[in-house]
Amino acid sequence: MDAISGLALGFGNALTLANLGWALLGCFLGTAIGVLPGIGPALTIALLLPITFTVSATGAFILFCGVFYGAMYGGSTTSILLNTPGESGSIITSLEGAKMARNGRAGPALATAAIGSFVAGTVGTLGIAFLGPLIVDYALLLGPAEYFSLMVLCFVTVSAVLGGSALRGLTSLFFGLMLGLVGIDLQTGQPRLTFGIVELLDGVNVVLVAVALFAVGETLYLAWRYVEGEQKVLPVGSIMMSKSDWKRSFWPWVRGAGLGFPFGVMPAGGTEMPTMLSYYAERKLASPEARAEFGTTGAIEGVAGPEAANNAAAAGVLVPMLTLGLPTSATAAIMLSAFQSYGIQPGPLLFTTQAELVWTLIASLFVANVMLVVLNLPLVGLWARILKVPQPQLYAGILVFATIGTYGISNSVVDLMLLYGIGIIAMFMRRFDFPVAPVVIGMILGPMAEQAMRQALTISQGDWTTFVTRPASLGILLVAVAALVGPRLYGAWLRRAAG
Amino acid sequence: MRGRGGADRADLGAALFVLGLGLVGVWQALAIPVSPLYAQVGPKLVPWLVAAGLLVLGALLTVHAARGGWSRGIEDLQDAAPANRRALGLMLAGLLANLALIGPFGFTVAASAQFVLVAAAFGSRAHLRNLVIAFVVALGAYTVFVKVLGVNIGAGVVEGLVFGAPE
Repeated sequence: MDAISGLALGFGNALTLANLGWALLGCFLGTAIGVLPGIGPALTIALLLPITFTVSATGAFILFCGVFYGAMYGGSTTSILLNTPGESGSIITSLEGAKMARNGRAGPALATAAIGSFVAGTVGTLGIAFLGPLIVDYALLLGPAEYFSLMVLCFVTVSAVLGGSALRGLTSLFFGLMLGLVGIDLQTGQPRLTFGIVELLDGVNVVLVAVALFAVGETLYLAWRYVEGEQKVLPVGSIMMSKSDWKRSFWPWVRGAGLGFPFGVMPAGGTEMPTMLSYYAERKLASPEARAEFGTTGAIEGVAGPEAANNAAAAGVLVPMLTLGLPTSATAAIMLSAFQSYGIQPGPLLFTTQAELVWTLIASLFVANVMLVVLNLPLVGLWARILKVPQPQLYAGILVFATIGTYGISNSVVDLMLLYGIGIIAMFMRRFDFPVAPVVIGMILGPMAEQAMRQALTISQGDWTTFVTRPASLGILLVAVAALVGPRLYGAWLRRAAG
Repeated sequence: MRGRGGADRADLGAALFVLGLGLVGVWQALAIPVSPLYAQVGPKLVPWLVAAGLLVLGALLTVHAARGGWSRGIEDLQDAAPANRRALGLMLAGLLANLALIGPFGFTVAASAQFVLVAAAFGSRAHLRNLVIAFVVALGAYTVFVKVLGVNIGAGVVEGLVFGAPE
């Protein structure tokens, strides 16, 4: 199905009252959790996974995507008004945004962030609609060997290329792979890594791990380093953008969106790199008067560009998730497990076997985008008020919902112990700067990679060279190797050239 | 590269933990029974690979820690506030209270105790008000999850009084 007829089908479904309701609920919830410091879309979608037992797949995914997009919008509010970015993609936004807010220009900063997110979200969603079917055509040619190589590439990029250190990123990944192994091996029925505990035969639940990493670990770390004192929320003021604000924002929005989307689509996902590149580009391209505002009173280009890049990259992450079944962010990984809990196999066949679901989802992303810009511009005062929820009650509440999310699955105290145990490990991971996203991705992608590897080896009758004799597989593996050692060789070369 | 002088003890602890995790992986890989079915790649291969990977990474981290560690070079970690033992202790007490109470007394009681302790960890002193908030939030969440979504999250004393005895 091509993009136009797909979108026609999708909009027909997305514009029903029930689906509009799910989108609105998702957008509202997503913005709220995006605004609240300390919780993000991965945790929220994990906690919402129980609705997959009662709600139809379409409704649930519209809700999840609303949360996903909404959290991006909400995240900018926190970074501008509190100067504490909620997630890595908004770090750059807070550089200029918080400076603008301190100089009484919080309103235009929030407005350019919201409209920039809308522009980027629309560009990104168009990208999903038109690029998705093209990628699917190629993806259908891939066999298990190529799939395994793609997953290896995905492992390398999410753990070794992004983040501070390849060593610590890979350690996080292997921790996730280990968690993914727990339970009965599906092909031979052998229990693995269960320590003889009956509750572990079904494996470790992904919701439990997400909640442990993102809620329990984070809250424990915050308590460990807690200093009493009130956070200051900067006043919003008028959100009207002047004519020059519009003029200065327009091209940064477009450039940011164009820069962010490809980064999201590539397995080298992540939002840090495109937002940073957009920031440097805008600073370089700004007029001399505007450049003087960078780092001093706050330049609107430095909010508009990175914020658009952040949203476009986030939309781009949905492309490999929907077309290949490969998650490149923690949130996408949780959504993937939602597909599995409906018994839907994510991968290239999704666009044909679940065409209605996929296109309704894409259409709902457009709907959500419109809803979000409407929700965010006039209601920005309301969202700013959410920031005033006092920290003690906020974190206490987060932990109550963390318990619900875990205990509700199994009613087992063993699971609660596991939740708190992994939470304590996550606290130390935060202390020693180990990234947590590779844990979730390793845990969900690990078993899929193992299955692909075993299928490939069964087809090749145990011949390991199948991964390097098939040209596509070899090519992907070479890219993975280059991504792993390339930056190091380049660094060594620079040092030699300098010394 | 300042502070190359000695090992960073804290980083060394983290590195040894990773090594330990690798050893646990080896132990559990050994414990997998050999499959009677013929398979090109049995169920043991990937557990071995993961355990070996963790051992290698743990060893590299140990070397790194012995040469001065990585924490010193990370600004965010250097700027972090000093450890707040009281807050962390209250947090852990909150988690333990939840573990101990949820079985015998049910979700609402356990969640309320946890809420009050966690809020206290973050400096709140209005314990009675927190208890009231906690009770309302917990019972509200219980109602939504059990009655609307059909997810059982642990009935107990309070839930029995409000909704009648289960089953």
